[in-house]
Amino acid sequence: MQSLTGTVILIFEIETNKMELKDKLISSFLAFEESLDPDSGLESLRNEAIKDFETLGFPTRKDENWKYTSLNSVLKHDYSFFPEKEDAIEYRDIKKYLIHDIDTYDLVFIDGIFSSHLSQTTHDKIDVCLMSSALNKEKYRPIIENYYNKIAPKTGLNSLNTAFAREGAFIHIDKNKLADKPIQIINFATGNESALLLQPRNLVVVDENSHVQIIERHQSLTDHPVLTNSVTEIFADRRAIVDYYKIQNDKSAASLIDNTYIQQKSESNVSVHTFSFGGKLTRNNLNFYQKGERIDSTMKGVTIIEDKQHVDHNTLVHHIEPNCESHQDYKGIYGDSSTGVFNGKVVVEKEAQKTNAYQSNNNILADDKATINSKPQLEIFADDVKCSHGCTIGQLDAEALFYLQSRGIPRKEARGLMMYAFANNVLESVKIPEVKKRINKLIASKLEVELGFNL
Amino acid sequence: MLKIKNLHASIEDKEILKGINLEINPGEVHAIMGPNGSGKSTLSSVIAGREEYELTDGEIIFEGEDLNEMDPEERAHKGVFLSFQYPVEIPGVSVTNFIKTAINANRKAHGKEDMPANDMLKLIREKSEMLEIDRKFLSRSLNEGFSGGEKKRNEIFQMAILDPKLSILDETDSGLDIDALKVVANGVNKLRREDNAVLLITHYQRLLDYIVPDFVHVLVDGKIVKSGGKELAYELEERGYDWVKEEKTV
Repeated sequence: MQSLTGTVILIFEIETNKMELKDKLISSFLAFEESLDPDSGLESLRNEAIKDFETLGFPTRKDENWKYTSLNSVLKHDYSFFPEKEDAIEYRDIKKYLIHDIDTYDLVFIDGIFSSHLSQTTHDKIDVCLMSSALNKEKYRPIIENYYNKIAPKTGLNSLNTAFAREGAFIHIDKNKLADKPIQIINFATGNESALLLQPRNLVVVDENSHVQIIERHQSLTDHPVLTNSVTEIFADRRAIVDYYKIQNDKSAASLIDNTYIQQKSESNVSVHTFSFGGKLTRNNLNFYQKGERIDSTMKGVTIIEDKQHVDHNTLVHHIEPNCESHQDYKGIYGDSSTGVFNGKVVVEKEAQKTNAYQSNNNILADDKATINSKPQLEIFADDVKCSHGCTIGQLDAEALFYLQSRGIPRKEARGLMMYAFANNVLESVKIPEVKKRINKLIASKLEVELGFNL
Repeated sequence: MLKIKNLHASIEDKEILKGINLEINPGEVHAIMGPNGSGKSTLSSVIAGREEYELTDGEIIFEGEDLNEMDPEERAHKGVFLSFQYPVEIPGVSVTNFIKTAINANRKAHGKEDMPANDMLKLIREKSEMLEIDRKFLSRSLNEGFSGGEKKRNEIFQMAILDPKLSILDETDSGLDIDALKVVANGVNKLRREDNAVLLITHYQRLLDYIVPDFVHVLVDGKIVKSGGKELAYELEERGYDWVKEEKTV
């Protein structure tokens, strides 16, 4: 009887904490709004969004899309929302988190605040700058009006971000332009606050025939809890090419909810690679909306986690018009008591004939206590389409292990080599060699393999 | 070099090897022949250390040490090499990277530094030329999509690189056309020295035309029932295995 009462109290407490964070957010909104420049033009959007958040709240496991991911453990902290500006971070502190061996544009945010001395922006032919400045300049008003918050679905988390977001990356590639170097968007958390909630907001607009490569990373520099609720909207116009790389290798007290929405027009080609190697809880919402013909959408992911880490990939591809393709390839290696979720939904509308949609999700459970929930969802209303999906969950092949061992490779290295091989082929489509190299190294170090060759 | 005494081995409580005795000395080539299901592949697996098999009696002594307690990789470090009947496909690891990993793992086991890149390249080039292996082949994923012949050639290539003391070639001739067989056999012959030995496991005599054994043993129902010189292989080719079985019954 005693223990039963205890359980009830525990549940009650979790609910209270969650309520507290929600209430605290709502009640701080007024003060936040007053602190903003009234000319940003987002006032009504924010007001509407906070109301939506009030109604929708944080998702719970009762939501079908959140069945296997509970936010309870990350919502319980007393987060601060508006940290002070931090100037003490130097380039040498963060260098290792950047792809620094090639020339890039860099947008560096420290505790959500833009750091001009660590960044390299441009307005020369292409616009790579910060959201706050774009919001305040008349010149960018049409882009903001046409694209800002146009494809992010109305969810509690998106509404929360829309209500509070005031900074992030603003990238606009005018038509027929090639971004001459990759763009890095890096968000650091310093630990000046005992717990920090960050809500970056990125907008990427790539006009006709243009091409851009973007690398995004969220990195905590502290063991204090950090929760990031990020929203990114990407618009690829006709024949545009966008390659987007997400590197998620955060500290064990940092959690990330990444909401990325992509709209593509005819003959555009967008790929998103997501490398999830660390963090307490990582949720990737990745939606593609195909508005045109002969569109190619690619989603690839490698997940390698351990301890009690949790990674959830939730993807949607909406095939609306004919002759388009989508390719999904997610691989995961789960060690210790880590848990993974893959929920991939493909919708093919009646008009979307000749669609080719491929989805595959392959997983290795490296330990007995690791878990993966994989759920492909295909909703096909057209009759002349090629759609395939496959999902595997397995252990390492014993015969292959024996083969490697019989060549003198110790069991631990053999396991590492096999897992490396399993995950590694997802990298074939990575177009920036330095990113490929970096990810290769990360994979090798995650698997604790000293490979007998240079990557 | 290798002394097998009264070896009994089972898989899932089914006894496959029922008292094998075999001695191989440096410089010798032995062939084990026998009908399907006689235990030939089991013998090679047990020597190399495949986990599924349980050694229930007897011992395998290699260079004075009992192999039974060793992991497969330790056996490899001691100089035992098994050319697989069915080499495993490992997508995502190129032949070159696999070879480099194997070389350095063996060196590490002997307390040596990694092989310098130049020496590695030289070694790989030299051995791939010997086995007429195309350079493009080296960058492909290990055994993935290889033809039967390519797989076997790749096994002998690894043997050449790792330079083992005892090489066990399990049905290396199966799936090879005559040209590939000649290349493979030629490679094995070039690797023969006074201080190493070869154990050929085969169903047919064909391979023995090219790699000439010093001793031939006939394995039937988990036991060596007859041993002799290379002429025994021809006799088996002509008369089949039945007469040996009958002789045994008598």
